[in-house]
Amino acid sequence: MSVATLGDGKSHGNVKSVLTIDSAIVDAIVAHARRDHPDEACGVVAGPIGSDLPTRLIEMDNAARSMTFYEFDSMEQLRVWREMDDNDEEPVVIYHSHTATEAYPSRTDISFAGEPGAHYVLVSTREPDSEEIRSFRIVDGVVTEEEINIVDATVDA
Amino acid sequence: MAIEVRVPTILRSYTGGAKIVEGSGESLSALIDDLDAKHNGFKGRLITPEGGLHKFVNIYVNDEDVRFLGALDAKLSDGDSITILPAVAGGALGFVAAAALLGR
Repeated sequence: MSVATLGDGKSHGNVKSVLTIDSAIVDAIVAHARRDHPDEACGVVAGPIGSDLPTRLIEMDNAARSMTFYEFDSMEQLRVWREMDDNDEEPVVIYHSHTATEAYPSRTDISFAGEPGAHYVLVSTREPDSEEIRSFRIVDGVVTEEEINIVDATVDA
Repeated sequence: MAIEVRVPTILRSYTGGAKIVEGSGESLSALIDDLDAKHNGFKGRLITPEGGLHKFVNIYVNDEDVRFLGALDAKLSDGDSITILPAVAGGALGFVAAAALLGR
């Protein structure tokens, strides 16, 4: 798979085919998903605008507290999005878990996907002793899976 | 009457890339009509064909979720600040069931 040229991260057409993410952040996302299982867990990883590098994990409440649905609390989301704005960050990763099905975007996920610049990371916790983690771009209803490049020590976590 | 509106990335194709636009109106629905006149198509991303607020966006008036302020009937005044964010939601559940669960 070829790697698209890294741009400013704002263009809808500028789809990158790799998510590069620190192993400590991946571990924390998996731990969050395991902790909330069998409910779906959700959150954001912020990163500097244009960097395409997720550096700051923000676990969000699943306001729906459901095994089959997640929803950010609207007031918590406003606070977190403001904070990112103030830090010159953007949501680089938006993650959630599926607790009984595969780590692939559902029709609901696709309908709601409203951050064309974000990597949508799904974790499946349906197997008790292994996790499936996959990453997707979802732009205008079109899902494109991408590779996940897990690296060490891009952030102090 | 100027009201500042912060536009999320996904809607900036309607505003020529602008992150902040200005509009006017004495209610949210009047403001959205005004914005739609300036940025053709904007309204369709915020309001359903049935005339309700779209499930896919959150709209805040001075940091309050507009759903708690009367939704489209929310009263606005000069100097108010509006923020629009994409609602972040999803999950394994089918879309129709999920939409019903949202109760929006």
